[in-house]
Amino acid sequence: MAKILPKKDVVIIGLGWTGSIMANELTDEGLEVMAIERGPWRDAPTDFPPDYMQDELRYRVRHELFLRPDQLTFSFRNRIDQTALPIRSWGAFMPPNGVGGGGVHWNGEMWRFLPSDFVLKTHLTERYGAAFLPEDMTIQDWGITYDELEPFYDRFEYLCGTSGTAGNLRGRIMEGGNPFEGSRSRPYPTPAQAQPFSHTLFGKAARELGYKPFPQPSGNLSQAYTNPHGLRMGPCTYCGFCEWFGCSNYSKASPQTTILPYLVRKPNFSARDHSEVTRINVDKSGRRATGVTFVDSSNVEWEQPADLVILAAYTMFNVHLLLHSQIGKPYDPIANTGVVGRNYTHQTISSVNGFFDNKKYNFNPFIGSGSIGMCIDEFNGDNFDHGPHGFVGGGYMGQVQTGARPIESTLVPPGTPKWGAAWKTAVKENYLSTVKPGTGVHGSFYAYRDIYLDLDPTYSDRFGRPLMRITMDLKENEVKQNKFLTDKFAEIIKTMGADKLAIQYRTAPYDISTYQTTHLNGGAIMGTDPTTSALNRYLQSWDVSNLFVLGASAFPQNAGYNPTLTVGALAYWAAAAIRDKYLKNPGRLVDA
Amino acid sequence: MDKNRDDRLRFHRRELLVGAAYLTLGMSKAHATMIVGHLPWTPNAGNPPTAALPGPWMFFTGEEGRAIEALADCIIPPDPQTPGGKDSGSAIFIDRQLAGPYGRQEGLYVRPPFMKGTRSQGHQSEQGPAQEYREGLAALDRSCKARFEGKAFAMLSDSDKDAVLKGLECGEFTLDGADGKAFFAMVIRDVQMGFFADPIYGGNRDMAGWKMIGYPGSRYNYLDWVNRHNERFPLPPVSMTGRAEWTPQTR
Repeated sequence: MAKILPKKDVVIIGLGWTGSIMANELTDEGLEVMAIERGPWRDAPTDFPPDYMQDELRYRVRHELFLRPDQLTFSFRNRIDQTALPIRSWGAFMPPNGVGGGGVHWNGEMWRFLPSDFVLKTHLTERYGAAFLPEDMTIQDWGITYDELEPFYDRFEYLCGTSGTAGNLRGRIMEGGNPFEGSRSRPYPTPAQAQPFSHTLFGKAARELGYKPFPQPSGNLSQAYTNPHGLRMGPCTYCGFCEWFGCSNYSKASPQTTILPYLVRKPNFSARDHSEVTRINVDKSGRRATGVTFVDSSNVEWEQPADLVILAAYTMFNVHLLLHSQIGKPYDPIANTGVVGRNYTHQTISSVNGFFDNKKYNFNPFIGSGSIGMCIDEFNGDNFDHGPHGFVGGGYMGQVQTGARPIESTLVPPGTPKWGAAWKTAVKENYLSTVKPGTGVHGSFYAYRDIYLDLDPTYSDRFGRPLMRITMDLKENEVKQNKFLTDKFAEIIKTMGADKLAIQYRTAPYDISTYQTTHLNGGAIMGTDPTTSALNRYLQSWDVSNLFVLGASAFPQNAGYNPTLTVGALAYWAAAAIRDKYLKNPGRLVDA
Repeated sequence: MDKNRDDRLRFHRRELLVGAAYLTLGMSKAHATMIVGHLPWTPNAGNPPTAALPGPWMFFTGEEGRAIEALADCIIPPDPQTPGGKDSGSAIFIDRQLAGPYGRQEGLYVRPPFMKGTRSQGHQSEQGPAQEYREGLAALDRSCKARFEGKAFAMLSDSDKDAVLKGLECGEFTLDGADGKAFFAMVIRDVQMGFFADPIYGGNRDMAGWKMIGYPGSRYNYLDWVNRHNERFPLPPVSMTGRAEWTPQTR
C-alpha cells in the first residue's frame, strides 16, 4: 500500500523546462506546488563543473547525463508487421533524466515555428489541394495561431536572454535577420553570438547564391544578462562542449540558470528528486485526477494527492504515463480510432561534411557553442513553392557546427581507409580544415497513420509494466524532402570552397541506433477535436479536466525547427490559461 | 574495570559504525530527497572521473594483451612524429573500459528475450563488450594459428597482420566463433577512441592524439579567439589533469 502524503494544490510530474515554468507560474498564484522528478538534482558545481565537464568520453560517448535504459526504455520496429525489439542502448535520441531535463544538455537553439506551421493542414490544402498530400499523412492544425503564441515566445526568449538578430520586427523585415520568421513584438534580448571562421564562410557563400543568411538564435549568450527573475547569466566562452554536456559557466539557458534558484526560495514550492511517478490516479468516474503515485529510490511507494496534475515529462514519458494510467483512448492505427499514441513524429535531419585545402583554410573547429551558426530559411515550411517538387515540408539549414570534440570530429575524406597509416595521415591533415555541420539540414517530420506509440506485448520495465512500443519509419515524402534540402545544402558547402564533400542523405528505414536529434513529438497532441487529439488548445486533457500535459508530445506534427522554444512558449500559454481561466472556474476550458 | 573498558570500546565502535553509515548515505547521490527553501548544495559534492592507473592488465589475459597491442599498432601505426596505438595507450584504455561499467553493460537494458532484429533495430546481443572482446580475440588467434603455422595474431609479420585485418574488414577472412567483421569494426572504434579521449582514461598518452591533430584540449575559453579567423591557435593542449610538465611527480 502506498503511503499517503498531505494533499497539495498542484503536483507536477518532471522538473525540466516545462515543469519549472509551470511551477513558477502557479506558485505566483499562491498555490502549494510539489514537483516530483525521477532523476537527481543537478547543478553546475556538483555535476558538470569546469574542471571535468569537458569530457567527451564520459558525457557524449557513455551518456552520463541521460536516463539509463535499464531504468526505462522503449521497444522499436519500423512497420506494424514486424516484431518490436527493445532499445538496449540509446541511439536515435537521448532521453533526459534529472532536474532541468533536456534543458541541461541541449544545444540551446531558440527557433520560433512559422505562422503557417500552426495551421499546416489548412494552409497546405488551400495552397496545393488535398490531393497533393500523401493519403496516409495525418497532419492537423494545432488549434492555436502564431499570433496567439507570440507573447509567450517573447516571454521565453526573455527568460533565457536569447542571442539573435530579429528578422521581422512588428511586421518590418530587418536586414541580417531571418526574413521568413513571423512578426516579433521585440528584438532579441541580446545580440547574436560571434561566429567562427567556417560559419562566416557559410554566410558569405549563401549570400553569393542569393540566399539571406542570418545567425542562429541562441540560448548560449553573447553577453552577460540578468533575466526577469533577477538571475544572472555569463557570456558564452565558445568552449565547444554544449550539447550532451552541462554548461559550467551559467551561459546556457536551462531551468538551473533561468528559473530554479528563484523558484526554490518560494515557501509554497517543494520538489522531490529520485522519485518516479508510476501512475496518475483518477477517481471512479475516470474524469477527475486525484493525484499521482510515485516510487522513491528505496522502492517505497507514495501517493501524492492534488487538485491539479501537470504532466511535464519528456514526450515519451508523457505518453507512456497516459497509457499506463488509462487516461484517454489509446490510438489504434488499423481502426483509426483513439488518440493517445497518435501522430508521433521525429525530425528529418542530414548533413554534408566539407573537406578543405589545409594550406588555405584553418577553421579552429574546436571553437564553438551549442547554437552558434549561420543559417538560411529559404527551404523551410512553405517558404518555397512545393508544387514542382512533389513533397511537403522543409527545414532550415546551416553551418551550425558546435565544436570539434576529437572522438567524434576526426573525419577523413570519402575513400580514405578506416585504419592504418593512410587513415592516420588523413586525420592529421584534415582535422583543422574540415567543416562538420552536424545537424546541417534540419527538416520537418510530418505525421502518418501507421507511425505511432502503444504498449509492447513482450518487453517490460523494472516495475513489470509493458514498455512503450515505437512504430516509426521514414516515408517517401520525408525522404524526397531531405534529398532536395541536402542537395541545396551541399551546393552551399561547395561554394564555400570545399574540395571534397561527404553527403549523407536521410534514407529509409528509420534507424534507431544512429543519433538524429532528441526532438520526439506527438503521441498526446493538441487540437480542436477530441476524436483526433488528446488535449485541447490549452494542453488540457479532453478526458480529465484537471490534468494538463505539457511538452512536445502536444505537437500534431513536427516543423523544420528545434522544438524547445515552442515547448516553452506553450508551457507559458497553458499556465496563462490556468491562471486566467481554469482557477476561476475549474473544468473544461473548451467545449467539445 | 575491564568490563567498563570493553563497554566503552563497544560504544565507540558502534558510534563509529553509525558514523560511517551516515557518511556513506550522505555522500551517495542516488537517494530520494526533498528540496525545500534553498538549492541542495553541499561542499565537495562533485563526482570527478576515476583515473585509469598504469600497471598490469585488469581485464585482458597476457595473450589477449599481446593481441590487442598488436591490433592497436596496426590501426594506428607509429610514425616519427606520433606514437602508435600501443605506445599511446589505446590497449590500456580498452582494458580499463572493459574492466569497468562499460564492459559489463551497466545501465543498459538487458532483459530477455534476446532476438535477432533488423539492422535498424540496433544492438540486440546478450553479450556485453567484455564478452565480445574475450571471444573475438580468442577467435582471432585461433584462426591465425590455423592459417599461419600455429602463430597467434601478434606473432605474424606486419604484412600478414595487414592482410588478416583487410580480410576481416571485407568479410573474406572469417573467424570461427565470432563475427570477424563486426569485431574488427569495434576494435577500430575503440582504439581510435582511446587515442582521442582525455588521457585520464589511459589512452592518448601525453596527449599524443591531440597534439597530432592540433586539438588544444579542455581549454574552456576561446572568447579571444572566436573572431580571429583563419589563424592557427598557438597553444599546446591541456587535459583534465593539466599537462605532464605541470605535475612532474607522475612522470
